[in-house]
Amino acid sequence: MLLKLTFASLYARLLTVSMTVFAISLSLMLYLSVEKLRTSAYTSFTDTISQTDLILGSRTSSIQLLLYSVFRVGNATNNITWESYEEIMNKDEVEWSVPISLGDSHKGFRVMGTNLDFFKRYKYRGGQLIEISEGNYFDDLYDVVIGAAVAEKLKYNIGKSIIVSHGIKSFTDHDDQPFKVSGILEKTGTPIDNTVIVSLEAIEAIHVDWSSGAKIPGQETPIEEIRNMDLSAKNITAAFIGVKSKLTIFKLQRWINEYPEEALTSILPGVALHELWRIIGIVENLLLGISIVVIFTTLIGMAAIIFSSLNERRREMAIWRAMGASPNIVIGILMLEAFIISFLSTLISSILLYILLNILQPWIDDTYGILINIELLSLKDLLIFILFIISAMLVSLIPAIRAYWFSINDGMTIKI
Amino acid sequence: MEKSNLNADTIRIDSVKFHWSNKNDFKIYVPEFNVARGEKVLLLGESGSGKTTLLSLICGFLNPISGDIFLNDEPINNLSARKKDQYRCDNIGIIFQQFNLLPYAKVIDNILLPLYFSKKRVENIKDQKETAANICKSLRLPDEVLNMQASKLSVGQQQRVAVARALIGNPSLIIADEPTSALDKNAQSIFLDLMFSQISESRSTLLMVSHDESLSQRFDRVINLDDILKEGD
Repeated sequence: MLLKLTFASLYARLLTVSMTVFAISLSLMLYLSVEKLRTSAYTSFTDTISQTDLILGSRTSSIQLLLYSVFRVGNATNNITWESYEEIMNKDEVEWSVPISLGDSHKGFRVMGTNLDFFKRYKYRGGQLIEISEGNYFDDLYDVVIGAAVAEKLKYNIGKSIIVSHGIKSFTDHDDQPFKVSGILEKTGTPIDNTVIVSLEAIEAIHVDWSSGAKIPGQETPIEEIRNMDLSAKNITAAFIGVKSKLTIFKLQRWINEYPEEALTSILPGVALHELWRIIGIVENLLLGISIVVIFTTLIGMAAIIFSSLNERRREMAIWRAMGASPNIVIGILMLEAFIISFLSTLISSILLYILLNILQPWIDDTYGILINIELLSLKDLLIFILFIISAMLVSLIPAIRAYWFSINDGMTIKI
Repeated sequence: MEKSNLNADTIRIDSVKFHWSNKNDFKIYVPEFNVARGEKVLLLGESGSGKTTLLSLICGFLNPISGDIFLNDEPINNLSARKKDQYRCDNIGIIFQQFNLLPYAKVIDNILLPLYFSKKRVENIKDQKETAANICKSLRLPDEVLNMQASKLSVGQQQRVAVARALIGNPSLIIADEPTSALDKNAQSIFLDLMFSQISESRSTLLMVSHDESLSQRFDRVINLDDILKEGD
């Protein structure tokens, strides 16, 4: 009866109530989408590299090594000699390793030299391999595989001839040795999308006539001659390492960090990612702060709406009282209303969020490389909903207690 | 505990004093006022004379500062707030001047509302909906009205629904606060005819408040409020 009449009462105020529900739904949806974006950004971020146990680089800070080896941000301070790399590679603990060589670029996109193991070993987002969507992995010395974003932004197709520039931002091109696009990678949502990948030999090849970062004047070795040269890498920038047993990670890490021949660093990607996220996580906290303010505003808004309807409902309360309802029932009716309003709002906000995410997901993925996982409701969302409903009812206690006093003092006197 | 004394007064007020703590210097003092069981009493008084305050005291909405109020020999001012609410819905049917009904609820739900709070009144009837329909029929409310929203009814019809609600489950006391003031003369007399025949049938006690002396001949007793209210300190 109480529930039926409360529904009837809400229905009689359909316009106000539905606008309230809509307003609350929108703010809840805003909160949920900010929250979703926040967690998706974090997941996208930590998903950049997975199932790699150690990253090897020259002596540097762990975050810097992570930045240049995984995110292609900044530069390596030093290279690693192939001999050191080989020695580490041959350690018993090491199951696999992939060397990479960085330093050149193409139209603002980083060029990374590596071998074909990269495509077999480098994993992202919970163990996914990098797949090729068009063409093939590099086969010829001057073949290049490009990330999805590179292909899209520069509108490159298979067979396109490209020139690699020396350094990250320079006007010196390796224009004597043009490359050919042999493959385009699937979109990954990681920095791989923005990378131009060549073989380690190709990196050596384009630097044949170079010494200490500058072109040797007058020297120009013909391509045919270069093809016949020994182009095995003498230096690499970093390497990804997988171990046979996770138990040996720290032992190997310590061994590398104490390697006497060369100053090296090895990091655990997961730990470094977490450290880095803590630095850029200020943005995360900001988003969280905004979300909380939004929820708070919503709750106050709802209390205000219940409050403003209270005066016009004093008569209704008097009728309830005359029928024998105790003041507690009057409070109960208002709380029940708050419950219905907030419950409906959580339902509607989930539906709105679902629609919004479906519309925005491709765009966010394209623009920011953040893949939003659309799922119905996570346990966390449900918990948030329950907390919201409880807070809504607590907030509605303020007008409800006022109604309680009204109903005690009004008694038979009906005020309009 | 049922009191079986047939001669007991439905209402007995003994030296009741009351004043609002927050409002000016309005105060009332009722040395003595009794209404016998089954009696129909009209209280005459101008607005602002303390009629509503007196009714609120009798209904247990307000507590006297001193003195006693007995309903069916039970001193209700000694009851806890919760018991007072329960006593009210078990024993008193209330009819306001106007806007008696929850406007958004169906007529039938409005009529059955007191039964939701009072087991005692539920026990007095067999079939709730049938009883409601019967009362409505006697009050000349068309059948289809039962399932209409209360706000869709005319004022006269709404007042008759209020009577039906006050009477359902046979409470011993009906309190009416100027129930006809929103009706025109013709509707007034139809309304009163119907209300009186129903109340007589249910043998309830009626205490009605009005400023209209022309209603006097219908009642067993007419009391001027000024006669029972005494200025006291």
